[in-house]
Amino acid sequence: METAEQIRDRLLARFPGAPVAVVANPGPGAQHSLLLGASHAADLARFLRDDPGLRLDFCSNVTGVDWLDREIAEAAKPAAPDPAGAPAMEAGPKAARIQPGYLEVVYHLYSMALKHGPVVLRLRTGNRSDQVTVPSLTPVWRSCEFQEREVFDLFGVTFAGHPDLRRILMWDEFKDHPMRKDYSEPDDYEWEPTPHGEVLPKARRHYPAAPAATAAKEGPAP
Amino acid sequence: MSVSEIAPLTPSAGPTVRSVRDELHGDLLEVSMGPHHPSTHGVFRMVATLDGETVTRLKPVFGYLHRNHEKIGENTSYLSSMPYTDRLDYLCSMTNNWAYALAVERLSGQAVPERAEYLRVILAELTRLLNHTCLAGFLLQDSGASGTPLMYAFREREKILDLFESLSGSRMMCNFQRFGGCRTDATPAWLGAAASLADGYGRFLDEFEALLTGNEILMARTQGVGRLPAALAVSAGVTGPVLRASGVDYDLRKVDGYGVYPRFAFRVPLGAHGDVYDRYMVRVLEMRESIRILQEALRGIPGGPVMDPKAKIRGFRAKPGEVYSRIEGPKGEIGFYLISEGGPNPYRYRVRPPSLINLTILEDLCLGHTIADTVVILGSIDIVLGEVDR
Amino acid sequence: MLGTGLLQGLRVTARNLVGSFHDPKRFVTTQYPEERTKLPEAYRNFPFLVSESAEDPMGTLRCVACQICEKECPPQCIYIEKSRDKKPDANGKMQIFPAVFDIDTSVCMSCQICVEVCPFDAIEMDQVFELATTNRFEGLLLDKHALAKPNSYFHGIHPTEAAAVDGRLAAARKASEEKARAAAAAKAAPKPAPAAPAAAPAAPGAEAPKPSPPAP
Repeated sequence: METAEQIRDRLLARFPGAPVAVVANPGPGAQHSLLLGASHAADLARFLRDDPGLRLDFCSNVTGVDWLDREIAEAAKPAAPDPAGAPAMEAGPKAARIQPGYLEVVYHLYSMALKHGPVVLRLRTGNRSDQVTVPSLTPVWRSCEFQEREVFDLFGVTFAGHPDLRRILMWDEFKDHPMRKDYSEPDDYEWEPTPHGEVLPKARRHYPAAPAATAAKEGPAP
Repeated sequence: MSVSEIAPLTPSAGPTVRSVRDELHGDLLEVSMGPHHPSTHGVFRMVATLDGETVTRLKPVFGYLHRNHEKIGENTSYLSSMPYTDRLDYLCSMTNNWAYALAVERLSGQAVPERAEYLRVILAELTRLLNHTCLAGFLLQDSGASGTPLMYAFREREKILDLFESLSGSRMMCNFQRFGGCRTDATPAWLGAAASLADGYGRFLDEFEALLTGNEILMARTQGVGRLPAALAVSAGVTGPVLRASGVDYDLRKVDGYGVYPRFAFRVPLGAHGDVYDRYMVRVLEMRESIRILQEALRGIPGGPVMDPKAKIRGFRAKPGEVYSRIEGPKGEIGFYLISEGGPNPYRYRVRPPSLINLTILEDLCLGHTIADTVVILGSIDIVLGEVDR
Repeated sequence: MLGTGLLQGLRVTARNLVGSFHDPKRFVTTQYPEERTKLPEAYRNFPFLVSESAEDPMGTLRCVACQICEKECPPQCIYIEKSRDKKPDANGKMQIFPAVFDIDTSVCMSCQICVEVCPFDAIEMDQVFELATTNRFEGLLLDKHALAKPNSYFHGIHPTEAAAVDGRLAAARKASEEKARAAAAAKAAPKPAPAAPAAAPAAPGAEAPKPSPPAP
């Protein structure tokens, strides 16, 4: 099977100017992936499915990943020495660069016809708040239908072109997206107290004032 | 039924995407085969719109058993996630464990000793036997043969569960595979017990098939019901016996050749029609092939350790990277996608659930059939809600 | 003829029905609780703390409150508080002991990871499953008094594993004693070059991976 670079070159030959890049995967797994831009994603996916050399007709897995904003601290530049001989001023504050976060959808493709794989595709959203739409690949591979619904439900990525985009695991009226890294669970849901239950004191704030007798029966406090 | 030719895939057959009609006709009845139902294999809900008794629309609703397994995986160390994988497809804990251990081993480049690979194959094939036996029993139970085939199946399954109990300490939640091998070694007495079970299983299957395979009522209820075309199966990402019953030759034990499976000679049964009866028969034939693999593996298991002595269990950290690795579980392709940032916990922990993805085609299969057939079709797809919802 | 499949099936059912009166392979029900099946040795259900002696369970606990099991427990059902002072343990060495050691058995999933990671073989798996109680919180929260059981009990339920653990601990103790003796001999000897220790000291199970005992 071709490597990720070879597939990228063929894609660029067929769709010149399409946003395709190879994302290297460190570690022994070495499953390098192709980062696709939103504009051509569906056409590129269809090409990968129908191309006689690849025949990637089986979309095995669709995953959502949440990448938070990252702070990348850069080393501060040393201050220039004063020509008058005064003691050197302290270096300025460290320039911290924020790499904005985004949501990512990863597709693992295999070929049932030619029995090879995987080819990994990645689609990234603009940011985590308002630009969260990516094109849906359900018209290309039917198996994305439920899995993209799950990514929508748990991460909040909207898939343009999905035939039936609604929540799948959480109930329909649920707000928020649980698998995001900054999701904070509500502090008043029903919970079994365990020796480590920090939830119990959080939940107690929502209860009416409990009498002293009930508090004594609860067992050892964490 | 004999092993059929592979149906050629037609490249031009694209996926069919059903469009959702939101208007409700006045004469259609919407029935919720609700989460509490004895035949839905767990807390699973099907909202069926019926025209008389014929299904015109069917929406599966699930999430009632959602236990945020993936979020727990992000907050738990690699070792401590192993018991949670038991509880995904709770009937097949040994194969879930193996899939996760394989993913972590591929992420970190960990080697596995040969005896452990043979032991994993033995346990996986035992799991396949007990899962398919369970499925045949439950399919008949849901169809109305109230209890008899199920109890015969469970009587046989108990023998395999006793084997698991004497090896790992627990019947179902085995927590047995580790990164670099298996937790404990199997004694010669255990291997002898497994060998006698494998030798006797063929006789049990003969009796079970005498009860079921030629049964006219079963054939009338399952033949021609829920036909799955091969092109739709491939596009919908269906894997496992459901896919092979539609004629597609894709078994990960042959395609990926993970573990020591390339050493064993076994056939992959394929179906010709893709209906419920074919899915049942493919599973029965797979059981017979599993017995052959078991007997070969038990004869050929080498000595040596079952755990790589250099493997680190506690405080395990993987180098940064990601991996997607999959095995042929009894229900289909179960895969784990792990992203590691070098810490003690994975950054992203994803389970590829075969039961959920096999449900993509549930509506397509049930349309046009009666409501009674939906139970049989759902039974033949073989779902476990622990895996669908995670 | 239509119906041969049904008749064949009825023959199977009849064979099972008649066989259940005389063939133990056909009738497999155990009349619990009057009869009980013998559990295999490897069976595990809920952990317990090992004490060296039955007469003084609290004073001879092997546990030194290192809290490794607490960290590794997947559902976080173990709660440990270290003691402020040290007490002599079964070997006479001054050790911290757990002031509080609670396991919430309503949360514990008997996964055995605490047993695997314990460097001191202080926690092992019990086999009790008849633990029904009327109080959901205190009844199922076991403290160290309820959890401490003697090593003789451990030998009773898991003989092979207990023998392996005892062997390992005895070897570790012997190795550390020899190392101490060699170090004392080296200090007492007038020669500047220290004498080589008699036996290579083995770490007392802290870093080495535990060789797992074979199941029957």
